[in-house]
Amino acid sequence: MAQPRAIFRDYQSQEGLRSDRSAGDRTRHRYKVREAIRDNIADIVAEQPIIGRSGDTIIKIPVRGIKEYRFTYGKGEGQGQGKGNGKDGDGTGQERAASGDGNTEEGQVVGKKDEQGKKPGGEGGDEEGVDYYETEIMLEELVQIMFEDLELPDMERRRMRETLSERNLKRSGIQRAGTPATLDKKKTLRTLIRRRLAAGATLDNGDPPPLRREDLRYKRRKPKIMKESNAAVICIMDTSGSMDTTKKYLARSFFFLLYQFVKSRYRSVEVVFVSHHTVAKEVTEQEFFHKGESGGTMISSGYKRALEIIEERYHPDVWNLYAFHGSDGDNFNSDNGDMIKYAKELCEKCNLFGYGEIKPYGSGLVKLFEKNLPAKNFMAVKFDGKEDVWPAFRDLLKKERPSDRPLLDDAVDHKEAADV
Amino acid sequence: MSEDALFTPSFDGNGADSSSWAMAELVAWEEKIRVYVDAFGLNCFEQEFEVCDHEQMIGFMAYHGMPAHYPHWSFGKSFEQQKTHYDLQLSGLPYEMVINSAPSVAYLMRGNSLCLQILTMAHVYGHNDFFKNNFTFRHTDPEGLLRRINVHGNRIRSYIADPSIGIDRVEPVLDACHALSMQVNRNPSVKRLTREQQEDRLIAEANKEPKISDSALAKELKKPLLQAEDDLLILLQEHAPDLKDWERDVINIAHQEAMYFLPQIETKIINEGWASFWHHQIMSALDLPPGVRMEFMVRHNQVICPHPGTINPYHLGFMTWRKIAKEALGISDEDDDGGPLPLLGDDAKAARDTMFKIREIDRDVSFLRQYLDEDLMRELDIFEYAPEDNGDLVVTKVSNKEHWETVKNTLLRQVGIGGVPIIKAVSIDVKRGHRLRLMHEQGARELDPENTRYTLKHIFELWRRPVELETKVNDKAILYTWDDEGFHAKQ
Repeated sequence: MAQPRAIFRDYQSQEGLRSDRSAGDRTRHRYKVREAIRDNIADIVAEQPIIGRSGDTIIKIPVRGIKEYRFTYGKGEGQGQGKGNGKDGDGTGQERAASGDGNTEEGQVVGKKDEQGKKPGGEGGDEEGVDYYETEIMLEELVQIMFEDLELPDMERRRMRETLSERNLKRSGIQRAGTPATLDKKKTLRTLIRRRLAAGATLDNGDPPPLRREDLRYKRRKPKIMKESNAAVICIMDTSGSMDTTKKYLARSFFFLLYQFVKSRYRSVEVVFVSHHTVAKEVTEQEFFHKGESGGTMISSGYKRALEIIEERYHPDVWNLYAFHGSDGDNFNSDNGDMIKYAKELCEKCNLFGYGEIKPYGSGLVKLFEKNLPAKNFMAVKFDGKEDVWPAFRDLLKKERPSDRPLLDDAVDHKEAADV
Repeated sequence: MSEDALFTPSFDGNGADSSSWAMAELVAWEEKIRVYVDAFGLNCFEQEFEVCDHEQMIGFMAYHGMPAHYPHWSFGKSFEQQKTHYDLQLSGLPYEMVINSAPSVAYLMRGNSLCLQILTMAHVYGHNDFFKNNFTFRHTDPEGLLRRINVHGNRIRSYIADPSIGIDRVEPVLDACHALSMQVNRNPSVKRLTREQQEDRLIAEANKEPKISDSALAKELKKPLLQAEDDLLILLQEHAPDLKDWERDVINIAHQEAMYFLPQIETKIINEGWASFWHHQIMSALDLPPGVRMEFMVRHNQVICPHPGTINPYHLGFMTWRKIAKEALGISDEDDDGGPLPLLGDDAKAARDTMFKIREIDRDVSFLRQYLDEDLMRELDIFEYAPEDNGDLVVTKVSNKEHWETVKNTLLRQVGIGGVPIIKAVSIDVKRGHRLRLMHEQGARELDPENTRYTLKHIFELWRRPVELETKVNDKAILYTWDDEGFHAKQ
C-alpha cells in the first residue's frame, strides 16, 4: 500500500494566540518562583553571592520549592562506603556507561561529579530531576521580595526629618494647550466627534474629518509633592584579633541586610563604616570588610567615633540614622561603663541602634546591654551561624514597629501619607 | 520526557532570516521522499507537516507538541528555560518535532534551510513507521490522541475554573502525579489482572496448599492489595481513602498521559537509530543538488556523531541498526565504506524483513542486549566510569575481552526506564489507619535521599494517611515515613 501524500500546513503567524497558550503557565511559574524565594529567604541570605553587589546584578539562586522531585538513584552522598557490596555484579551501584573518543583507558579521569553543565551520561532516564533548580533574579527584585515578607509598617520618621520635593509629575486632568508629547489623542478625538455631531454631521466612513486647533486636548501634569527623607546607616565593626573571617562574614551579611532594608525605604541612603579595636576610625567599605586588625577591644571607641561622625555630618534633626554594631562581645571589662554610656547616646540620636553578637567568647555582652539599656529602639541579637542571620534581622526590625502607638493612629498616618 | 525531537548540539542559521525555500519545494521533495518510503517498505500513518517559527517551536516543545494540553506551571517553566537557552544561544532548537498520533503531526521550523527540511521529513517518516509498528506503542491509541488531550485539557481547566476547587487545589494533585509519572506499569502490553482475577488466582494457589485454612484465605482475600502494585498512580486513584471524585479524575488523566510517554522513554535509542538509519538511506537515494548534499553530509554527521563522555542515542542507535542491516545483507565490515546500504529491491527483502521484525518487537533494553556485541562495544569505545571520593569521574572498565559484558550491563541498567527505581506498594494496613507501605526493589543502587523524601511527601499529600517506604542505605534497611508529624527515617 503506497504512502498517501502528506498534508502541508504553511506558516501562520500566531501573535496573540500564541501568548495565550503558555502565558498562564508562565505567570503561574513566576508566581511560584517568588513564593519559593520567600520561603527560602533565610537560606538565600545565608549564601554569600548577594552581599555587596549592586541592585542590577543578576544572581542565581537555588530554589527548592519548585524543583520537580521524582524517585531517582542517588548521586553519591554517603554511598562511598557501599563499595563492593553491590548485588548486580561487583560494582558499587554508581557506575554509568558512556562512549568515548576511541582511546579511552582504564583509570582515565573523564569528568567531575555533579559539575554544572558537564554531567556525563546525561541520556539515561535516571538523570531527570537530579540537578537542583536554579533561577535567575535581579538583586533588586530579590530584596523587594525579602522585605515584602516582613509586613512592617513604614518606618517611623519624625516630621522634622522630612523635606518636600517635587521630583515627579503626576497626571491631573486635561488642558487646551501643551506640547505635542502630552497630546491626549483619545480626548482630542472625542472633542472632534462631539463638535461634528453638534454641527449635524454623520460619522460613518469617508475621510476622517479635519482636526481643528480647538479640538486638541493635552494632558495636564502637576508636580507630585513627595516626602523625602535622608537616611544614613552607620556600620560599626569590631576588628580586633578575635574577629576572624567567619565572624566578619556574618557581620557583613547583617550589614548588607540592614543597608538594603534602609535603602528600600529611603530615597537616598548614605553608609558610613567605622572599624574599631581599641581605637576606632572611619574606613572605606573595602577596608571595612577585608582589612584584618589585631589587638584588644574597646567598644566604646567605636561608638564614640560614630557619635562624632553624627555630630559632624548627620544631624539627627535632618537624618534618619541607623546604627549597627557587630562584635564577638570580647570587650575589656573596664570599658563596659563607657560603652553603655555611648550606646545610650546612640539610641537617643538614631532611629534604631542594634548590637549583634557573633559567636561570643564566654558570656558576651547581650545581658549587660539588656540590663542597662532599656531604650525601645535598641535591640541586641545573637547569631552563631549563617542560618541565624535572617531570623536575627527580623527580630531587630520588630523594634522598628512602634508598638506603643495605637494601631488606629497608624492607619490614619498611612492615609495621610497617601493623600499627599 | 519528550516527544521525539531531532536535536543538534550547535545550531546556526536560525534567527530572522526566514526560509530560503518555497512551500512548493517542500511538497515536491516530500513526493520524492515518499517514493523511497514505499520502496523500502516502511509502513507509516498518514503524515502532516506544519511550518512554524522558533517561538512556536518553543511552545510546542513545552507542551509536548500539544497546545490543547492541560495547563500546569511546569510547562511554563519549561517554556522559559527553552526560551532563555535559545535567546542566549546556549542550545539550538530541534530541527523537527513529531507527535505519535495518527495521522502523525510533525513541525518544521521555518528558519531552517532546504536541506534541513528534506532531512527532517525523511527522518520523520522513520519515526512515523516506528510509532505505527513498535509493540510498546500499541496501547497508546494514536487515532484518539489529539481528541483525548483536548478533552483532558478541558476537564482540568474546568476544575481550575470551578470556584469550589480552584488552581490551588488542582495544582498539588498534578504536582504529585508528575512526580510519580515514571512509577507506572512498565509492561503495558501485559494485561492487568482485575480484582476478581487476582482473587481467583489466590484461591487457586490456596487450593494447592492444604495447610492454608479457609479462614486464613478469607482474611487474605479481604486485604485491599492482593498483590504488590507497581503502578503508584493507579494505586492512588483506586485505593487512596480520602480523595474526591475530581481528584481521582485528575490522577486518571495524568496516568493516561504517563502511559503515553512511557514508550518514548523506553525506545529512545532504537527509535532515534531507526529514524537516523532511514533518513540516511533515503537522503542518499535522492538526487540532491550538490550544495544540499554537502550540507546533508555535515548535518548527518552532527546528528549521529558520538558525544564523548555521554551516550548519544542517535549515534548508538544508528550504529547498532547499521550492524544489524549489514549482517542481514551479508556485508562484512571490510566491505563497508560507511555509505548507504543496498536495501532496495527484492534481493534485500529478507534483510528488510529482519529489520522490520526487530523494530516491531524490541525496545532499548532488548535491542541493545541482543545486537550490541563485543566488536561494536569496542568500536564505539563504550566504557564504564564511577566517581572517586574526590569527585573525579574515573574510567573503571573499558570494552575489552575481559570486561565488555560488565560495561554492557551497566549500560543496559541506565537505558529506557532502567534508570528509574522500582517502587511497589506492598500493603495497606487498614487497622492502622490505612497506613501505606511501599518497598523499593533494590539492586546495587541506592535512592537519592532528597528526591525520595519529597517524592514520598507527594504521595502522602494524596494518600493523606501515613506512608512508609522501605529501602536500604549502606546495606542497612531503613524506613522512611511521612505522617502528620512530618518526615522521619528509622534504621
